[in-house]
Amino acid sequence: MQTFRFELGELPPQAEVLRAEVREFLRRELGDAAPLRRAHSWGGFDREFSRKMGARGWIAMTWPKRYGGHERSALERYVVLEEMLAAGAPVSAHWIADRQSGPLLLRFGTEAQRQKFLPAIARGELSFAIGMSEPDSGSDLASLRTRAERIPGGYRVNGTKVWTSNAHLADYMIATFRTHHDPAKKHEGLTQFLVDPKLQGITMSPIIDLAGAHHFNMVVFEDAFVPEDMRVGEEGAGWKQVTTELAFERSGPERYLSSFAHLATLRQMSLSVALMLQAGENPNLEAAVVKDVGTTFEQEIPEIVHTLLGVEPTIDSGSDLQQVLGFLMQRAPSFSLRGGTREILRGIIARGLGLR
Amino acid sequence: MNELRNILGDVVTRLFTDLVTKDVLESAEQGEWPDGLWQAVEENGLTLPLLSEAKGGAGGTWGDAYVVVRAAGRHAVPLPLAETIVGSWLLSESGLDVPSGPLTVAPVHREDRLRLARAGGGWRLSGTAARVPWGGAAGHVVVVTEAEGRPMVALAARGAGAITRDQNLAREPRDTLAFDAAPASAAPAGPRMPADAVWLYGALARSAQMAGGLDYVLGQASQYATERRQFGKPIGAFQVIQQNLAVLAGHTAAAGTAAANAFRAADRGDPAFEIAVAKVRVGEAAGVGASIAHQVHGAIGFTYEHALQFVTRRLWSWRAEFGGEGDWAVELGRAVSERGADALWPHLTAR
Repeated sequence: MQTFRFELGELPPQAEVLRAEVREFLRRELGDAAPLRRAHSWGGFDREFSRKMGARGWIAMTWPKRYGGHERSALERYVVLEEMLAAGAPVSAHWIADRQSGPLLLRFGTEAQRQKFLPAIARGELSFAIGMSEPDSGSDLASLRTRAERIPGGYRVNGTKVWTSNAHLADYMIATFRTHHDPAKKHEGLTQFLVDPKLQGITMSPIIDLAGAHHFNMVVFEDAFVPEDMRVGEEGAGWKQVTTELAFERSGPERYLSSFAHLATLRQMSLSVALMLQAGENPNLEAAVVKDVGTTFEQEIPEIVHTLLGVEPTIDSGSDLQQVLGFLMQRAPSFSLRGGTREILRGIIARGLGLR
Repeated sequence: MNELRNILGDVVTRLFTDLVTKDVLESAEQGEWPDGLWQAVEENGLTLPLLSEAKGGAGGTWGDAYVVVRAAGRHAVPLPLAETIVGSWLLSESGLDVPSGPLTVAPVHREDRLRLARAGGGWRLSGTAARVPWGGAAGHVVVVTEAEGRPMVALAARGAGAITRDQNLAREPRDTLAFDAAPASAAPAGPRMPADAVWLYGALARSAQMAGGLDYVLGQASQYATERRQFGKPIGAFQVIQQNLAVLAGHTAAAGTAAANAFRAADRGDPAFEIAVAKVRVGEAAGVGASIAHQVHGAIGFTYEHALQFVTRRLWSWRAEFGGEGDWAVELGRAVSERGADALWPHLTAR
């Protein structure tokens, strides 16, 4: 049985210098933001804020300079992220690109794709969405059916993606399609593509969440043409790339700060994961543990407030506390669904324990 | 189960299944009063189960009313049905006439004080009550408060006070009513009815509604687990889903038991202990139940399009209305410690 390693560590002094700069920036930018707006945290979409982040060099912090990056350490990036989330900064216009899409292109994209997209992401000018889930493929992602057939110059795409957060706001979507169908080998034959949502043959419709908000979309492809040079990685390599990408999604500090003994401990565990990343180790299992413990904690917050204070959650009226409680209570169910359900995540942890 | 309860159970299930449609629920959230639904509920005698037949009621007990209120919760009925049942009982027990049409009750918050004063041959009502259910839609509001050193029940018509509209998480009306020497009829409260009777019986009603809501989410989640397929089989075939649903089933069963026991105690006339137990136990089940039901449903249950949220958003609000678990746990703790540790078990077995 493997035991998970969470070694205590400390951030280097330059990271603390950076923290002071970030806090000063946030004080200026968000000083008077209402608590409810801050509660949206990584759900807040603000292109102007993202451009300012880009100008400060706080997007693409660890990427090579030739792609617009800043070649800073993973720990410095960690400090920026935890300060952003602790302050409830509206990071969603650059967040997905910084965390997932950019690193994916850096690793699997062509040189032309890197040149075209990465510097713009680093400037905070390009927003990305993720097209993975389908109506019949959620936890069982490898069963996805949206087809990309090879035709001269590119691919013809037919099918439906759901739960694509912010696809209606994003400039590009990184979508995973099936380029080869063999029922016995569902993990093979998947390929990732850069998709411009404005392409002909793509129809988007909102999926309104239970609180009445529009974050999710359904994206329908009907004979949409995606050029060959927008393919990311090799044909059929999609599954490996997707799981790499999901590991990016599951590894950051965002899982503990979106919301005192639990928080302090989670922060130490998260920092430990960041230190392992910086040391070039692979903390995927530890990150899964942090995400599981973290989302459980996040979901407990509104429950604890309800139990202790007994105030009624509200939507458009009442105190800041009541409104934030109403927002979080309705948002909380999604914490353990997005980026892999709790059940899937615990399956990964169980595999790490040698149980499967 | 007696015959009346069987008949009531059949009637409410049929009626609510037919009439409480998604369209009705959505338009009610937009602020529309579902008049057709109210008419049908009233015509079927569901609004006054506790009144004698001579007064136009069903001559039933709290145990019968439980069937109606729990079903109303199960179907997320967007009407002040529970409030009308409680309000009409408060009036009738105190010898006041029960007006026709929907009723509501106030104050909902224990700290809201409504004052009743004699004026000529009648009474005047003053003060503000926050978050009154359907305060702007109900024809009359039933108030219980203390006046001249004893609990009084009062009745004021809509329009007797100023109305500020608001909603809870489920977008049910929760309005503020402000009275300034508004005309009211009033009488001394019925036997063994305390000055905080609205708070007490409001909590009783919400317990039954939440128990019904839990029936619904358990049924939906179990059904969804048999229909939704991932990895080549229904997700209900996975042990983790089975375990979660089993936990949900346990909470749902406990909620139904606690609420039913409180209604039985109401028929005995001294339900304070059982109501406190029910509001704490059912409220806790509501939080856990909503969480598990959403987890089993995955992303689809997080959408407005899916009906699950009509009930889960109500559970989140109802558990906080008429006192949350914390408030009632304090009541319970006080009652238990006043009797002393040795009296706890004998007290439980005597109820």
